[in-house]
Amino acid sequence: MLSFIQNMGRTALNFLSALGRITLFSVVAIRWIFTPPYYWQQFFRQTLDIGYYSLPVVGLTTLFSGMVLALQSYTGFARFSAEDTVATVVVLSVTRELGPVLAGLMVAGRIGASMAAEIGTMRVTDQIDALDTLSTRPMQYLVAPRLLAGTLCLPFLVLIGDIIGVFGGYIVGVFRLGFNPAIYLSRTLEYLEISDVTLGLIKAAVFGFLIALMGCYHGYHSGRGAEGVGRATTNAVVSASILILISNYLVTALFFGV
Amino acid sequence: MPTTPKIELQGVAKSFGDNAVLKDINLQVAAGESLVVIGTSGCGKSVTLKCLNGLITPDRGSIKIDGVEILGGGRAALEDLRRRFGMTFQFGALFDSLPIWENVTFRLRQQQKLSKAKARDIAAATVTDLGLAPHVIDQYPAELSGGMQKRVALARAIADKPEILLFDEPTSGLDPITGGVIDRLIIDAVQRLGATTVTISHDMASVRRIADKVAMVHNGVILWCGDVKQMDNSGVAEVHQFVHGLAEGPLTQTAASKQDGQG
Repeated sequence: MLSFIQNMGRTALNFLSALGRITLFSVVAIRWIFTPPYYWQQFFRQTLDIGYYSLPVVGLTTLFSGMVLALQSYTGFARFSAEDTVATVVVLSVTRELGPVLAGLMVAGRIGASMAAEIGTMRVTDQIDALDTLSTRPMQYLVAPRLLAGTLCLPFLVLIGDIIGVFGGYIVGVFRLGFNPAIYLSRTLEYLEISDVTLGLIKAAVFGFLIALMGCYHGYHSGRGAEGVGRATTNAVVSASILILISNYLVTALFFGV
Repeated sequence: MPTTPKIELQGVAKSFGDNAVLKDINLQVAAGESLVVIGTSGCGKSVTLKCLNGLITPDRGSIKIDGVEILGGGRAALEDLRRRFGMTFQFGALFDSLPIWENVTFRLRQQQKLSKAKARDIAAATVTDLGLAPHVIDQYPAELSGGMQKRVALARAIADKPEILLFDEPTSGLDPITGGVIDRLIIDAVQRLGATTVTISHDMASVRRIADKVAMVHNGVILWCGDVKQMDNSGVAEVHQFVHGLAEGPLTQTAASKQDGQG
């Protein structure tokens, strides 16, 4: 019984300790975002990687999610003769929920892993120490541009993903379920409010920050060797995915009713 | 009147958890001198080197450069200090994502806001001095052989003409001929710059070529320190065993007793 309590206590302390380390890491990184010199080349490279090269995977994910959503909601709503709400359900679900969450999870897998692997490899091959010896702060050079790029790029990515997802629903609605194109479009826009889209974009910014933070944090504190980098990569993806789901609820609750 | 040493370590100690890697390191390096630190793997040579430029902060002791204490001076003082250092790492530590010209002029570009054309010119001149073809500057580190990477790392370390150069196993992983070439390049570069150097090496042929003075670290202290010419007649059994690469001797017994302790 005593050992059980000890284990519980140790786990709780380890969790709080990790939370403290991550918080401190993010505070320091945020400070460097606003402190010159600014490493624009690093920022643009990350922007290209996160914003441009993630577009195919996010586009495909939201396209098929929108298509599935149209089919499933039609099946469900047909049971109480509410088929004409399919367009509204698709657009609200995609913009408020599916777009940001699915894009976030896909980008966490792609970018979170790549950041952790890249920075982790730099750690184990002494490249981070080399930055220090060359009078460059690794947090400012490596972490700050990634956090900024992640936070700014994901909303744009999600906005494009939203459009593609709604388009997926439109394709299924019009070509498979036989909706009139004009009516489907008008139903799509009729109940959509700016706040639906902005809520999704706020979530996306939060997710982008968290993905970059987890990728950088786990890479920066990577263990030695290939095993250490592998573990850092896994931890980055898992922790970013969990944080996306938790923060998704928190942001939704914060803006509930909006 | 005694001159102030360029580098002076007094009572430097560093532990990682329960493992006391450095217990009491005392060293002096005169300006323009080339000190090589030798010792068995894991004896704390690299930690000593990293303490010198602030990559690792010692638990206690004093480190002075030109008589000025560098410990406890804060981040800004440390960054000022690092501008006086150049360092190469055991495996090069070149930045994979940057071409060679950006690697070589990394610090110059951060500090002097050089134009791209000027930086490329400097990089080409520096790598040419080290025996590489100028077109190498457009390649990436992964495209170069181990020996070429070592030369580029050396070029990066000397590009902005530092006063102090730290080399962490500059010839490790190289064939004897390439290792000899790297040693020659180090000697030439150091003479040209008039720099003070601290090198870590296991390669005794390299030690004999580049060292003015040799220090052996063992069990967290400097076991022996003297002129490279006296290395073969140090009178210390551990130094004799290490220098001649003997399988039997006190270093083997120490390693065995450590393993027993761990077991």
